[in-house]
Amino acid sequence: MKFAVVVFPGSNCDHDAYHAVKHVLGQPAEFLWHKDTSLQGADVVILPGGFSYGDYLRTGAIARFSPVMQAVSAFAAQGGPVLGICNGFQILCEAGLLDGALIRNQQVQFRCAHVDVRVEQVDTPFTAACTTGQVLHLPIAHGEGQYFAEPDVLARLEANRQVIFRYATAAGEITPEANANGSLNNIAGVCNAGPHPERACEKVLGSDDGLVLFESVLRRLTAGVA
Amino acid sequence: MPITPDVLARHGLKEDEYARILGILGREPNMTELGMFSVMWSEHCSYKSSRIHLKTLPTQGPRVLQGPGENAGAVDIGDGLAAVFKIESHNHPSFIEPYQGAATGVGGIIRDIFTMGARPIALLDSLRFGELGKPGTKRVVTGVVAGIAGYGNSIGIPTVGGEAFFDACYAGNPLVNVFCLGIAPADGIVKGKAEGTGNAVYYVGASTGRDGIHGATMASAEFDDASAEKRPAVQVGDPFMEKLLLEACLEVLKTGALIGLQDMGAAGLSCATSEMSARGHVGMDVEVTKVPQRETGMTPYEIMLSESQERMLFVVHAGREADVERIFEKWDLHAVCIGHVTDDGLVRVREHGVVVAEVPARALADEAPLYDRPSQRPAWLDEIQKLDPTHFKTFPATADVLTSLLASPTIASKQWIYRQYDHMVRTNTLCLAGRGTPVVRVKGTNRALAMSVDGNGRYGQTDPKRGAMLAVAEAARNVALAGGIPIGATNNLNFGNPEKPEIMWQFVEAVAGIGEACRAFAVPITGGNVSLYNETDGKAIYPTPVLGIVGLVEDASTVIGQAFPSDGLKIVLLGETRAELGATEYLHRVHGEVRGMPPAIELGHERALQALLPQLIGAGLVASAHDCSEGGLAVALAECTFGQPGVGATVDVRGVTGPAGVPVAHATLFSESAGRVLLAVSPDHLTAVLDQAATAGVVAGVIGTTGGATLRIAVDGEPVVVAAVSELQTVWANALEDALASPVRG
Repeated sequence: MKFAVVVFPGSNCDHDAYHAVKHVLGQPAEFLWHKDTSLQGADVVILPGGFSYGDYLRTGAIARFSPVMQAVSAFAAQGGPVLGICNGFQILCEAGLLDGALIRNQQVQFRCAHVDVRVEQVDTPFTAACTTGQVLHLPIAHGEGQYFAEPDVLARLEANRQVIFRYATAAGEITPEANANGSLNNIAGVCNAGPHPERACEKVLGSDDGLVLFESVLRRLTAGVA
Repeated sequence: MPITPDVLARHGLKEDEYARILGILGREPNMTELGMFSVMWSEHCSYKSSRIHLKTLPTQGPRVLQGPGENAGAVDIGDGLAAVFKIESHNHPSFIEPYQGAATGVGGIIRDIFTMGARPIALLDSLRFGELGKPGTKRVVTGVVAGIAGYGNSIGIPTVGGEAFFDACYAGNPLVNVFCLGIAPADGIVKGKAEGTGNAVYYVGASTGRDGIHGATMASAEFDDASAEKRPAVQVGDPFMEKLLLEACLEVLKTGALIGLQDMGAAGLSCATSEMSARGHVGMDVEVTKVPQRETGMTPYEIMLSESQERMLFVVHAGREADVERIFEKWDLHAVCIGHVTDDGLVRVREHGVVVAEVPARALADEAPLYDRPSQRPAWLDEIQKLDPTHFKTFPATADVLTSLLASPTIASKQWIYRQYDHMVRTNTLCLAGRGTPVVRVKGTNRALAMSVDGNGRYGQTDPKRGAMLAVAEAARNVALAGGIPIGATNNLNFGNPEKPEIMWQFVEAVAGIGEACRAFAVPITGGNVSLYNETDGKAIYPTPVLGIVGLVEDASTVIGQAFPSDGLKIVLLGETRAELGATEYLHRVHGEVRGMPPAIELGHERALQALLPQLIGAGLVASAHDCSEGGLAVALAECTFGQPGVGATVDVRGVTGPAGVPVAHATLFSESAGRVLLAVSPDHLTAVLDQAATAGVVAGVIGTTGGATLRIAVDGEPVVVAAVSELQTVWANALEDALASPVRG
């Protein structure tokens, strides 16, 4: 199963995603440059975290115009699995591949910490190996991670069961205190993800709860092939 | 423009220094040349007051690949790799414009590391601020922390740790010392050297603007009421630009097209052209109109002196220019040939082909006057070294003192700071911020690197030599706590105005202390930074040498943290507690005094400890390790209980007697005796740990057991602290944020 990690100018978690896929999961992985126009046969595409174009405009607002994004959009339209992590999530929102937007954290400060997120849906390629209600211990590292959507959009996402992760307590309760950044409905990921699963693939780094996302997509795609 | 005394004064040049310039050139310099001399001969660039003393430091060792004199030092860490590291200050700009001052400090030290061909993988910060609750401090603290976060997070290099210390002496002169470490192939260390007549000189990175002109001169003078007007001398950072520059430089270095490269930091193009030429015994001929400029009408003077950030100078093998240009085009960056290497040793600057400056490179880079400035022991030192019973005002209950110390911003959790820093990016951080000595693994090997930055200004104030030795010892001890063997050091020497004999004495003493301790520990100094003139309205900061030490951990899987991990472990205290209350956090917090002698240092004991700890930890005999520093044994014990979740402890220690009237519990629990470490040890391993400590000649005693939800401390069997861990932890965790939120009192 071939993973592609897209490198935008200012991506800084590209090596982390590559390491998780290639060295922890032992899967083939390649970097794609943002000026590339082909995904070169990738089965899974990862848009990594970072500060594409410095995030000097809205986060992800410039990166969505990178040439590679046309290929990513086409791939997603055909049902190809695309994982947007942090800045990648922001880019997917800007590109219109995901609903909503990520705005400045409620605390108006960057936040880097391990937090707990509850898995809401297990029928997505990236959560197929999870159980509903499972709590994952994952790092966040963002200044603009507060999920926002208009009320009608939010209602539609909830109705369509497109919210896949919510910030929660370690026991899996959805509380205001557990909300890491003020996200509406504690949303940590809509069909694609917010926190940093690639940083939580080895116990030695504090948690390997993020592995399940990558194992899910492997399982799903392998099953598809079989 | 005629060169009048007023012009010289504005350039920070003394009459005799100008005479030296006339002697070197054999003529009057023009304004561009005068400007170039002014920045290159500034204290900041030339180390003219410190150099003769710095030469006494030990810089050699079997692992040293690069000592002082280059952009950063490098030590061999095995597996064909080198750790490249250095610490640098951005003190003056961080007071004037805290966010940008700190941000560009981070940007500058990162460039120093990747200039050497290393991929930067970790940052640490050593910060000193005035007292919280006083006017102005919050502006500096919030701005500096946000600036470090803004730059480090964006460029994607984790800020894995550091320290913050609060004292009134830093109110007008905060210290922002930034340490960066990178990994390079041991045989791929790149020098900032120009060679080969005819080779191309390339300017790469951001455009040149008028920002930061005379930044180096500003950093070489005291502050006064007019300092806020110096804001234009602070540069503005662009971490996105630097991220591109970092990736492009590392990519170009792989091609072998480069001979050398250097950051254009302090003194900008003047520094890069002259230092690279001087190191290679060559000259350079450059055309300023080719320099990418972001403002119109810039003069050669401005272009040569600009300190615009995120720029580098390359010397490229003739014929390999296309390799450089192709990669820089990929990253959408400037790479412009602005000149070539010559064989005449001159930095020749042209504007539209007309020579506008022509100065021997060595004169700028190496021939600044060296001063052996007069030094004199301060008359007031005898008085402040005194500590007698009259200096102790009141004696609150021991438990209340502990709570008060845990709430001291210097001791309290720094979570408010580090949660703003991305401390995990690059997925190497083995010991997360706040959990103990910062440790990053070295991917592709079994090894890890532990790092610590330490220095206590109150120790420096009361005895600069001992204070410096204690700083070396603490940093070395901290890396040993993670199982690291100290293999290299970098120092940042923060002092007042060296033209005052009493300040110079402090400096000389501190350098002697660093040298003595580093020699005793066999830890070479591979580079560093000197920041002088940290004075406002004639009042200097405490002498604050900050040591950054790197430790090599042979087996990354053995790294432990500082918190007690479970119940039922034996608590072992290594080292001896003496009644040493001089210059302590206790003395300041409870009695409002900074005086007395700092704790004694026993170099032999420290060295034994530095060897013993990696041996015990590497063998898996220890469950947690934490040193006793500010606040003493009681604070260290409390911090050990603050795990996730917290684990209590029951401890009984033998009392020591302090000055008359001081309770034994205070003298015992709040003494800051050096060379003490708390270990948590499984009962199964206790005998082995005690035996190995005895063999190493390190005093070790079992003082208690972990477990429960309460911290119970007794002295000579008498209970003095019985407190719920959760309550102490709440105080400690929230104190810094609460202090920042509390109203300011003049």
